[in-house]
Amino acid sequence: MLAPLSWLKEYVDIDVSPKELEGKLFSAGFEVEEVIELGKDISGVVVGLVEECRLIPDTHISVCRVNCGDKGTFQICCGADNVKAGGKYPTALVGATVYATARDHVTVEGVMTIKAGKLRGEESCGMLCSGIELGLSEELYPGAGYLGLLVLPEDAEPGADIKPITGLDEVIFDIALTANRPDCQSIIGMAREVAAVLKKPLRMPALDYTENGRVPPFSVTVEAPDLCPRYIGHAVQDVKIAPSPFWMQRRLKLVGLSAINNIVDITNYVLKEFGQPMHAFDRRDLTEDCIVVRRAKEGEEIVTLDEKTFALKTDHLVICDKTRPVALAGIMGGLNSEIKDTTTEVLFEAAKFARDSIRKTGRSLGQSSDSSARFEKGVDEWATVMGMRRALHLVQELGAGVVTSYHQDVAVDPDLSPRPLTVSRKKIDEILGVTVPEEVALETLSALGFEPKIDGDALSVLVPPYREDIDTAAADIAEEIIRSWGYEHLVPRFLDLARVTSGGRTEEQKKSVKLKETLCRQGFSESIFYSFFSPKDLDLIRLAEDAPERQAIRLLNPITEDLSLMRTTLAPSMLRAVIRNLRRGNTEGRFFELARIFRAESLPLTAYPEERDSLCITAFGDSETFFTVKSAPEAIADAFGLTFRYEKDTRPYLHPGMTARITCEGDEIGIMGRLSYEIAEEMSIEKPVFLIEIDWQTLKEKCCRKLRYVPIPKFAREVRDLALVADEKLTCAEIADAIRSSCKFITEVSLFDVYRSEAIGKDKKSMAFKLVFTPTDHEFSSDEIEKYVQKILKKLAFLYQITLR
Amino acid sequence: MQEKINLIRSEILEKIDSFDSSRALYEFRKLFLDNKEGKISLLMKGLKDVPKEDRPAAGKSINELKNWALSLFEEYDARIHKLELEKKIAGEAVDVTEPAVKRRAGALHPNTMVQNELIDIFSAMGFEIYEGSEIETDYYNFTALNTPEDHPARDMQDTFYLSPGFLLRTQTSAGQIHVMEKSRPPIKILSPGKVFRSDDDATHSPMFSQMEGLVVDRGISLCDLQGMLDLFSEKIFGQGVKTRLRPSYFPFTEPSVEVDVSCFECGGKGCKLCKGTGWIEVLGAGVVNRHVLENCGIDPDEYTGFAFGMGVERIAMLKYGINNIKVLFESDTRFAEQFRD
Repeated sequence: MLAPLSWLKEYVDIDVSPKELEGKLFSAGFEVEEVIELGKDISGVVVGLVEECRLIPDTHISVCRVNCGDKGTFQICCGADNVKAGGKYPTALVGATVYATARDHVTVEGVMTIKAGKLRGEESCGMLCSGIELGLSEELYPGAGYLGLLVLPEDAEPGADIKPITGLDEVIFDIALTANRPDCQSIIGMAREVAAVLKKPLRMPALDYTENGRVPPFSVTVEAPDLCPRYIGHAVQDVKIAPSPFWMQRRLKLVGLSAINNIVDITNYVLKEFGQPMHAFDRRDLTEDCIVVRRAKEGEEIVTLDEKTFALKTDHLVICDKTRPVALAGIMGGLNSEIKDTTTEVLFEAAKFARDSIRKTGRSLGQSSDSSARFEKGVDEWATVMGMRRALHLVQELGAGVVTSYHQDVAVDPDLSPRPLTVSRKKIDEILGVTVPEEVALETLSALGFEPKIDGDALSVLVPPYREDIDTAAADIAEEIIRSWGYEHLVPRFLDLARVTSGGRTEEQKKSVKLKETLCRQGFSESIFYSFFSPKDLDLIRLAEDAPERQAIRLLNPITEDLSLMRTTLAPSMLRAVIRNLRRGNTEGRFFELARIFRAESLPLTAYPEERDSLCITAFGDSETFFTVKSAPEAIADAFGLTFRYEKDTRPYLHPGMTARITCEGDEIGIMGRLSYEIAEEMSIEKPVFLIEIDWQTLKEKCCRKLRYVPIPKFAREVRDLALVADEKLTCAEIADAIRSSCKFITEVSLFDVYRSEAIGKDKKSMAFKLVFTPTDHEFSSDEIEKYVQKILKKLAFLYQITLR
Repeated sequence: MQEKINLIRSEILEKIDSFDSSRALYEFRKLFLDNKEGKISLLMKGLKDVPKEDRPAAGKSINELKNWALSLFEEYDARIHKLELEKKIAGEAVDVTEPAVKRRAGALHPNTMVQNELIDIFSAMGFEIYEGSEIETDYYNFTALNTPEDHPARDMQDTFYLSPGFLLRTQTSAGQIHVMEKSRPPIKILSPGKVFRSDDDATHSPMFSQMEGLVVDRGISLCDLQGMLDLFSEKIFGQGVKTRLRPSYFPFTEPSVEVDVSCFECGGKGCKLCKGTGWIEVLGAGVVNRHVLENCGIDPDEYTGFAFGMGVERIAMLKYGINNIKVLFESDTRFAEQFRD
């Protein structure tokens, strides 16, 4: 919220520097996000009295002798048409900074430093300035819009700094407000807080007016009190539409509003000063002098002030006359009843509308305004009542019209008296953890207008009507006290009174930590991707039309279609990351992601969906093969003491010859394979890419290795290598299983070489296995081992026609 | 006999210099010293044919020859072995500056690194780790956290909805309610997780991670919060880092505070990182609002508590000097490489 200090000063005596005030407000919970200094680019500009002025023949340049008081008297050349002897103008001395303007004298082109120079042979030591060169406009200083020199008042002292005279010393605070303090969304609201932090009294603006009733009365009917708890209307007659006075225009400009005319400016002024949005109807346009606040009829239309047409629905709140909507409640007035130059009778509206209703209507129609923005934050009824009074006072003060006695106030609860509240001081001390001295409680709460009284443990306050955020609890009062008193009064301690608890990760969480560490050791780095993905991602991995992964939960309001579905598989995000890396010239990499996938029982969601932990692993680059990548699941199996089996399988997105289903204890736990050539070609991927997706939710249940020591065998192990010639179709797993089942002393079978050649034969391969025999009760002799080997070979020959090479 | 001895002697001397491998020298040695076939052994065997009176002298001469040969071969063998080793060593010299053969370990995500660090700190303080669901109901994410339908705070966060009543959690605080419904004080939980807000620009990501802490027991106050935060800040940001509380607003805590830590880069003097203020905002916290306790069936007159929540990416970005939140979700290999252990 923008708060010009000059405006605040009208209600509070601010006797500290802006910097100090900023600090005090910060401690009280109001962060000044930006300090805007109106004249920050202007320096070295003083009042100059032109004592002598002569035109250089055949030019428009005047040579002036300018008296700048204690700064000296200078000869300055000036091309403005309104320079004359005896006039006082802003004078930029040599070394001063002002705005440089383009040839049109209007467009600001940056800041310039004034240098001494010569014009048409005449010395010029400085520059006489226009309003625009000082960053002023007509609204900020009368006469500043003129393209010639800015004329200063006659009583301006030569040599005096220009800033206080022209209001260029203005400082505006841009204050960030928390959502619980809508009452501070106004100059008055902030002035209350400033008064509290400075411990100064608050001066209320004038609210008085006299009524002269002559026009026919009007009626106000609120048919939707749930959406409009308060509606106040007041009629003004004999209106003379005119510009508002300079002081009002200036203030509006300082908070970012443009002046329009006296009536509209009054409504905007009250919006900023009291935080109460107001509207003014041209009363002659209100059919049968009546106001009806109701829900719109389906399809009813309104054209708003900005000439946009809206077709309304029944949950939109409208202000109507006898026959038609004349305003979109709280958002914008209707074009049919706007204030015109010819308006003579006005009906002012000050109301409180339900914030939710304004927000929903605004969003559904795509229409907003300063007024709706204000209502959405929450308006209090104190502001509604005071805002109307202030508007009527201003009408009278500005001579904009005659205030009539026709006043209608429809309220669900018109009571604005302060709410009495009593809380326990002990409870406050318990919440804060320190004992609040009696005088601190009294002083801080008094400054905030709570009129506190203390009787033993009871602290009684009167909650000001604009403080709708104050609940009934001691915590609210504790917060008011500590934010005024200062958080530095807390005494840090470490859970002195709390009981000891045993903390830490659950067993399941520890497994995830171990999983990540295991994969890191294998060279895989952790990725985190968004939990949502694109419908296109389902097509990217060629999922069948009826694949369960296509039953993804949809976001009702996604940022883009690409982030519109909750993930049902992690592979697409990973694949996209691989593609991104390859396009950036990162030719190899290894990544994994442990994240959740979402499976709904039915859509749309009516119950919590299943959130399953899933693991996706990728490796890409020329050095990767199916078997380098297989090291990832194998490392996981080793880490958790499990055995995985790999069986040939297919997936639409994977290479049909390089895809394996991974099982553990008979359950499928994942799939691994090389990305298919079709997808690689489509995505212009030239490197091998491998993907693994593992159902960690299932697998982690199996990861409960209990370490149990088995005594080391007494007898030495015997190792034999066998080179076998087998049919090409036989798998390593089949042969290894056959070997294992042929001899009970075999404790390890591992393939260490595969060799193919013409000599071996077509469709044949030579496979070299290492076999480990572990004896149980006696040392094996060579003959014994030979006997077992023969037994194994016999079985292999019988089962698979395998021969020794 | 002496003639034969001389012949062998000169035969050995003639060739012994010509060998450059121990193997060849050994073969040559065998010609003379082999137990069966060696020429010196044969001489010894031939001694029986020597006249008896000459035998002692001949035997002595042969023995001398044998000892001479043994020591000569030993000397030459040692010399050649030394030469051989020198040659081998020379041939095996490596360029020690060539790269190592290794597989570099991968890196954990910076979020995980920060989370692990936080979990370690708070686990030691007795906090259990609770991970809630990413999809939540309106009730747990808002209503139970004292944020009813028309509450201004709902505007603070743009929520992704999935169906009427179901949404992507906007804050890990949603997990607080589940825990407090199921357990009774003393409660100390730390709840890490992904949260979602409809915000996507240079400094906002529609998904990010939060870490939420909650303590509920008898006699818990704002001073306990401050004390715990002081400890935490020193552990995560370094010795001497101080905290500062200032008023703020969250619907589920009252009083609510914003917590700043003194800038660990400049020590509070003011620098680019702290934008010249000497302080860095790191988390939001407060005393648990009594309505929240009531909503979970915990008597607010008996128990009090505090809660705090922080953005994990924010801490990671501050700690590691990451200037763009988006790189955290891109998995660029050049990013990951920088976080390897």
